[in-house]
Amino acid sequence: MVDVLETAATSTSAPATRAPRRGAGLTPYLFLLPYVVLFVTFTLVPAGYGLWISLHDWDYLLAGKPFVGLDNYQALFDSASPVFDFFWQSMQATAIFTVFSVPLLVTVPLAIALLLNRSFKGRTFFRAVYFAPYVLGVAVIGVLWRFLLDPNLGAVNALLGAVGLPDDTAWTTGLPWAWISLVGVTVWWTLGFNAVIYLAGLQDIPRELYDAAKVDGAGRWAEFRSVTLPGLRPVLLFIVINTILASSNMFGQAYLITQGAPGVETRTAIMYIAEEGLRSYRMGSAAAMSYLLTLALLLVSMITFRLFRTKD
Amino acid sequence: MKPHLTRRGLLGLGVGAGGAVLLGACGDDGPNPVVGGGGENAQPAATNYTGPNVALTFWNGFTGGDGPVMKSLVDKFNTANPNIKVTMNVYEWADYYQKVPAAVSTGNGPDLGIMHVDQVATNAARGVVLPLDDLAKSLQLTESDFSPPVWQAGVYNGKRYSIPLDVHPLGMFYNKKVLQAAGLDPEKPPATKDEYLTALDKLKAKGVQGHWATPFPFTGTLQFEALTWQFGGQLFDDKATKPLFAEQPGVQALTFLTDMVKNGYSPKNVAQDADLIALQNGKNAFNWNGIWTINTLRAVKGMEWGVTALPTIGTQPAAWAGSHQFVQFKQRTQDANKLQAGKVFINFISQQSLEWAKGGQVPARKEIRDSPAFAALKEQAAIGTQIDNLHFPPSVPGIPDALATVDTAVNEAILLRKEPGKALADAAAKAGQILEQNRKKYGG
Repeated sequence: MVDVLETAATSTSAPATRAPRRGAGLTPYLFLLPYVVLFVTFTLVPAGYGLWISLHDWDYLLAGKPFVGLDNYQALFDSASPVFDFFWQSMQATAIFTVFSVPLLVTVPLAIALLLNRSFKGRTFFRAVYFAPYVLGVAVIGVLWRFLLDPNLGAVNALLGAVGLPDDTAWTTGLPWAWISLVGVTVWWTLGFNAVIYLAGLQDIPRELYDAAKVDGAGRWAEFRSVTLPGLRPVLLFIVINTILASSNMFGQAYLITQGAPGVETRTAIMYIAEEGLRSYRMGSAAAMSYLLTLALLLVSMITFRLFRTKD
Repeated sequence: MKPHLTRRGLLGLGVGAGGAVLLGACGDDGPNPVVGGGGENAQPAATNYTGPNVALTFWNGFTGGDGPVMKSLVDKFNTANPNIKVTMNVYEWADYYQKVPAAVSTGNGPDLGIMHVDQVATNAARGVVLPLDDLAKSLQLTESDFSPPVWQAGVYNGKRYSIPLDVHPLGMFYNKKVLQAAGLDPEKPPATKDEYLTALDKLKAKGVQGHWATPFPFTGTLQFEALTWQFGGQLFDDKATKPLFAEQPGVQALTFLTDMVKNGYSPKNVAQDADLIALQNGKNAFNWNGIWTINTLRAVKGMEWGVTALPTIGTQPAAWAGSHQFVQFKQRTQDANKLQAGKVFINFISQQSLEWAKGGQVPARKEIRDSPAFAALKEQAAIGTQIDNLHFPPSVPGIPDALATVDTAVNEAILLRKEPGKALADAAAKAGQILEQNRKKYGG
């Protein structure tokens, strides 16, 4: 195949060089087409449709879907509306979770990747060990930790008690313990994914840079700051953005481990939106909330991009 | 995990919208003429079906030990009725209530299904289920064949949409060994407030916290509701125009539960299912739980347990109960034969509900409940004695949305984060807004 192409390219002259260029004009778009079709069908159209829904009092099974303009959005900013408290409470829950989980999910996997990048016996085994929890579904880890963290009957409190520490911590029903549990479980569950990405990034950093650093007399720390971190910057940007978005979409852990308790303190935005739209069938209102959340995430992502760019 | 769910949600919305147009075209104005009787295939009674062979789909959420019981009843029906073939599909209830309306709106809905009693009005208002008045009439079923609250719970806007299959009330489960160890008679569990508190004191003296008060809907909210009725209160007024659960009886009910924690009869911070697990481990003595717990406890080796009616803490006996009810789903084109066959099926299973009771239920049908064969099911019969003291939420669309605020209040109060009165008042304010929103949405 390669041979044929090469012969074709070398043996042809002027008129043939135009043909590949015209082909090149169309070919990339043809390659993109399958994705574009999926993107338009499953992202762009539903997103536009969602915007339309958010302007109505929408229940897909009711004949009347009155147009309400921006009422659904206004309600989110009107403290007297039934959704105001719950919505902002859930946004706050999402923010708390994101603020505490993202730094840990950016730094801990990096430390682990650095360790796993060194050569030692059993390295492959440990790489598998750290990645293993990520393979489990949220239902599995949720139920597992709900029982382990049970304040009265759980293994965690029993172990703490056995070593003389307080054994009555309300891991799933009290604050701030519920947040510590949710963040801790999520870090344990997903750090393997970020660690693998870091590991790939680390292996992409040219060895010569480390050799040069050694020649310059750089110590471990200087080497990390001047070679490893700059080398990881593109990977870091990906991990930060991706982790922020994943954390903001947290649903399963809180749904299963705390059920939003105490009260509705750990009910995240996605949880509340799902309740509003799919359980109470107020899809217009839920769509408006989704758009506000999207807007917030867009803003956070833009700021993150900006921060990384100014470093250049 | 999350993107998957979102996509499913969006797909649901998309699919639903397509279907909604078609539904609109069908005209959603009351019962189908064929259903109303007088159609060419109308038959005097729904006890037999003589038309051409039909295949029916039957969806429900019996994912537990109840699934195989229903399956064997379906098999029995298929054998007895060679010209009707019923196929059963089982989904998790939470999925089921999202899937069914979407399926119905796209014309892929099942013929028959089961719904919990508090879901019937919502699904009737949203045009998912069909009226069944003629079925009740042709089978000559009346209120006296069931019990008034169960029978009335299936009526919305003057029309019947569901036929009761069973009721599943709360009962008081107790660990006999734990009672014995505290010097209590395991064959005579407490039945009044005084007896109950005396028993809890005796248990406490032995170091056992006897009533683990759970802050979660299953079964914390259910206990709260039962106690509210016991104190003579109501959750809502009959038409569900306003919440009443924050009034005196509700506050008394929730205070009783928070006092369990404050007085040391319950540990703090009881997590989901911890109360029931503690009962099995001998760390808890009493657990007010649903009749489905019979199956759970039967599977525990070496445990000696009993179950009885809830003790009367308030001024009158009362218990929470759910009820599974039969429904028929709206189709894009109504097939009179299928409708008729479906009714024969509902009648058949209803008459076989003693078998169903063995799976851990109380039959809705009075004649079966009163039969010696049901009395022989000791545990079910003990819980079944409460049949005249059961309450259901008003048959109003969207009532589960308003009830969700009670879950939050119970949670906050039992976790000692808010005083019962304050927690309930906050919830009632929200519930009032939600009821008003729903009135606007569903009309009436």
